[in-house]
Amino acid sequence: MSKRIDVGDLNIYYGDFLAVEGVSMEIEARSVTAFIGPSGCGKSTFLRALNRMHEVIPGARVQGKVMLDGEDLYAYGVDPVNVRRQIGMVFQRPNPFPTMSVRDNVLAGLKLNSKRMSRSEADEVAERSLRGANLWNEVKDRLDKPGAGLSGGQQQRLCIARAIAVQPEVLLMDEPCSALDPISTLAIEDLIGELKQNYTIVIVTHNMQQAARVSDRTAFFNIAGTGKPGKLIEMDDTTKIFTKPGVKATEDYVSGRFG
Amino acid sequence: MTTTTKAPPEADQRPSGRRGSVRPGDRNFSIAARAAGILILIVLAGVTVFLVSEALPTFQADPSEIEGGEGFFSYVWPLVFGTLVAALIALIVATPLALGIALFISHYAPRRMSQGLGYVVDLLAAIPSVVYGLWGIQWLAPNVQGAWAWLAENLGFIPLFTGPASATGRTMMTAGLVLAVMVLPIITAVSREVFLQTPKLHEEAALALGATRWEMIRMSVIPFGKPGVIGGVMLGLGRALGETMAVAMVLSTGGFTWSLVSSGNNTIAAEIALDFPESSGLKTNTLIAAGLVLFVITLGVNMLARWIVSRRKEFSGAN
Repeated sequence: MSKRIDVGDLNIYYGDFLAVEGVSMEIEARSVTAFIGPSGCGKSTFLRALNRMHEVIPGARVQGKVMLDGEDLYAYGVDPVNVRRQIGMVFQRPNPFPTMSVRDNVLAGLKLNSKRMSRSEADEVAERSLRGANLWNEVKDRLDKPGAGLSGGQQQRLCIARAIAVQPEVLLMDEPCSALDPISTLAIEDLIGELKQNYTIVIVTHNMQQAARVSDRTAFFNIAGTGKPGKLIEMDDTTKIFTKPGVKATEDYVSGRFG
Repeated sequence: MTTTTKAPPEADQRPSGRRGSVRPGDRNFSIAARAAGILILIVLAGVTVFLVSEALPTFQADPSEIEGGEGFFSYVWPLVFGTLVAALIALIVATPLALGIALFISHYAPRRMSQGLGYVVDLLAAIPSVVYGLWGIQWLAPNVQGAWAWLAENLGFIPLFTGPASATGRTMMTAGLVLAVMVLPIITAVSREVFLQTPKLHEEAALALGATRWEMIRMSVIPFGKPGVIGGVMLGLGRALGETMAVAMVLSTGGFTWSLVSSGNNTIAAEIALDFPESSGLKTNTLIAAGLVLFVITLGVNMLARWIVSRRKEFSGAN
């Protein structure tokens, strides 16, 4: 489990519009990498390009390379479905399947791989994943109740459990706490700290304290103006980005002087 | 808000938030909405009263006086059978087709094509039922006659396909097929709308787990749309049960028979349409009583649909 990602000179287009330009970066295995930057700077778009989820939007395409342990995700003949089975994703708003129970939500990804599992095996995976997402104790008595009946924070942890149930190499998180209250946020942040033992984690956040708390490395994205492409300004160890960044724009942003 | 300071003194004494603070717009709308709701109930009650009171002589009459001479029940049950069978054939044929078309339009077809296709399907709904009837007699019946003959020959041991097959093709199966085409646009349109409303969030949840497009549809689109689809199917069933003209034209009617590939059988609606103009006295009452039976069947179907939809409410995705 857990592989590194190398991105080489990646451009992302929506139709003719260049949304993200020339991003190169290395994301270490078993670490937490945070993407920060103002709204519309392309960090979410870039995150989605890492597991080809941007292709859901008509007209979206990329140029460049994204390598998962040396394998190009955009090579000819690579099925995006297989990419997403290795690189999981957690979204901004919790999105458990409303028609499924808690247990079925966790097992949803495994059923896709159409593996026949015995009931005891399935129970085991469900428990392991829910424990992994720090949710087991709260839901163990209502595994057959609908997933949508949980609180917002619990739903988000359910989504994390669902994502790690398939044991992906990488876990992408797109502002996973922005719809949650501070206590739920803390629970998720603790969880991220535990998950990085086993997974490569990339997290987009608008909350700079959060980036400082959870991540090992931080990438700052910025945009020159509306209609211009987003760019990676700088990427470094999180402590360095927040104490003595190399670029003036980064310093302005993290210190709140961003105009 | 300068007006509040100049409000008349009695306005200040009213308890805020409850009575008195109702704005005219809210009040008018509430009256209009309530009136519309009550009107529907009145119309429904009126129809029920009419049906029951006009049908009553049938139930009071001596069984030998009723058409067929053996009482109302033995008169009406073949018609009920015909009505249900025709509607069932229509649904069995139309539902899978409609779901396929709806999914194709909502999730597979390129945008331009899906719009065009949507219009075409909607256009099917705009064709009058007389035209469907003509099409059924002139084109469909002769063309499917061979298929029914084949069924009678090879599957004749099943009571439903007992031969000899009708030479004209104007059979229950043909009538069912015409009804299928007629209910197709309703089921398709309703299903398409609910499929399109599937939250992006749920679709992305499935895709991010590595679902193929079909798996995504099975995991998020279909569960989300299920109550709507059931509603659409029931609307279609309602139309199929009550459809008069097309069945009256296509079906070569006759007495009860299990065979769906020979002429015979009739539906309630078609029977009423065919016999009513020349009926008088007790026969009229009998036909109205048959209409009452149809009314009860449709009511039952709708209640069943509601029950199915509400059964797993907490899993419905509405919360």
